[in-house]
Amino acid sequence: MAGYWEKKYECAPLHEMKALQSFRLSQTVRRVYENVPHYRKRMDEAGVKPEDITSVKDLYKLPFTYKQDLRDTYPYGLFAVGMDKVVRLHASSGTTGKQIVVGYTENDITVWKDCCARALAAAGCTNEDFMHVSYGYGLFTGGLGMHYGAEHLGMTVIPVSVGNTKRQITIIQDFGSTAICATPSYMLHLAETMEEMGISKDDIKLKVGILGAEPWTEEMRQQIQEKTGIKAYDIYGLSEIIGPGVAFECSEQTGMHINEDHFIPEIIDPDTGEVLPDGVQGELVFTCITKEAFPLIRYRTRDIAMLKREKCSCGRTLVKMMKPAGRSDDMLIIRGVNVFPSQVESVLLQLGNTSPYYQLIVDRVNNTDTLEIQVEISPEMFSDTVKSIETQEKVIKDAVESTLGIAATIKLVEPKTLQRFEGKAVRVIDKRKK
Amino acid sequence: MFVKQISIFVENKPGRLMSVTKVLKEGNIDIKALSIADTKDFGILRIIVNDTQKALEILKKADCTVTTTDVIAAGVEDKPGGVADMMQALYENQISVEYMYAFAKKIEEKKAFAILRLDNNEKALKVLADNGIKLLSAEDITTL
Ligand SMILES: [Zn+2]
Repeated sequence: MAGYWEKKYECAPLHEMKALQSFRLSQTVRRVYENVPHYRKRMDEAGVKPEDITSVKDLYKLPFTYKQDLRDTYPYGLFAVGMDKVVRLHASSGTTGKQIVVGYTENDITVWKDCCARALAAAGCTNEDFMHVSYGYGLFTGGLGMHYGAEHLGMTVIPVSVGNTKRQITIIQDFGSTAICATPSYMLHLAETMEEMGISKDDIKLKVGILGAEPWTEEMRQQIQEKTGIKAYDIYGLSEIIGPGVAFECSEQTGMHINEDHFIPEIIDPDTGEVLPDGVQGELVFTCITKEAFPLIRYRTRDIAMLKREKCSCGRTLVKMMKPAGRSDDMLIIRGVNVFPSQVESVLLQLGNTSPYYQLIVDRVNNTDTLEIQVEISPEMFSDTVKSIETQEKVIKDAVESTLGIAATIKLVEPKTLQRFEGKAVRVIDKRKK
Repeated sequence: MFVKQISIFVENKPGRLMSVTKVLKEGNIDIKALSIADTKDFGILRIIVNDTQKALEILKKADCTVTTTDVIAAGVEDKPGGVADMMQALYENQISVEYMYAFAKKIEEKKAFAILRLDNNEKALKVLADNGIKLLSAEDITTL
């Protein structure tokens, strides 16, 4: 059986966990009340004082934090420490194309490393393993998060990042990678490229994959496991909370254990805000109770999930979350990147001479997510030469890519041909299997 | 002595070219010359017609995306090297050809007529005249 990284917390009896959560929560609430004007204002408005929060049972009294709050306080308004204590920034894109910035103190990075190391240990990784990191490095939390976690565990880390699939396969072969972090769709793409190159699963040493940053299905897991011979584990996280490592799968592969000594989960009714009991599906809400720089209180993730607290064969007592079944708004996850249709709209409007009618066609080709943006051609864009139209297509493509952070193909279509529903254009066609 | 060309955006999908040309047929528009530039996703149908104004109206009414461009209809000797001589004259005067295509119909004995889309129309008129190349006017085309 796969090992623990911090058994004391991972296997803590429930009453101990609750006591620890209560203590950390009350400390955090006091701290944000004192240091973050936004939280003080919200709590005052709700008539809640820090001393009212002495136990996890009091959590429901606190106001929610919404993604909009992060945008309104952009960039550093929700930071609870001075910038002299902040050693790292990451960012994720938001609906308006405006980024959301998150910060970490040195201790936050340690917490994050521990969370990722727990996930890796649960997947069977040890300091003898070679970790091939195929997540993107940079502002996206995936690459650096898993990189630090794997180093923390003592693994030999290979920071490959994204792209150049054939070279990645050569590295997996030559460097003897035994573990890999990637999005599930990229993992399948790697597997298929291997097949094309005539490399079988016996030619590589990979035995485990920690795959996340996008929703995937049990069917995909089976495919990945069959094609590559690895055991594929899901991992959950979001930049606002910390990045990868908020929750992770164990050997049972039936839901993800939440690192609840750091992040208290709740499931609420997205319409009423009412807290729902375990076993009922609703919107996942997290409260960070150890983060120093960016501790979110009752953050509405807009992920739909269900909590289950039951004895797990792996021995962990950490509560489990069942895979998000969907988002509560129109966000798409494409190749691990959050994409909002409204981002595309704002790009088109900014460019001026294009039509505001567009449609996103998301598909999965050779197990990699593809994004095609169909735009209705406008008289201003049209010309008698192909060159001129293609130049304008390129302008749209570049603008979209720099806003979304992922590549897209642009297809010009004739006016009034995009599907409309009651006068409103249908913005997204997601052909990927749900 | 320019001729108006109509360009129409045509998406690459079955039946699209048929429906555009059918619109013209229903408006009793006679296509005198035609070419299609195509890419993976779309094409540009370029036409010279007997009644440009009317053609534009009915195409717009049919929700087509259209634009008009001044082009030159030039006659070249129908013999080996006819086109090459004209190209050389344009090249020597630094005039680039964006594209060209031929008329469907034989207009004059011993002459082939081509539609030229050039990057410098005014200069081209002079160069072509200096080289004794016969040009067609819009009226010539209407009465063809
Ligand atoms: Zn377990």
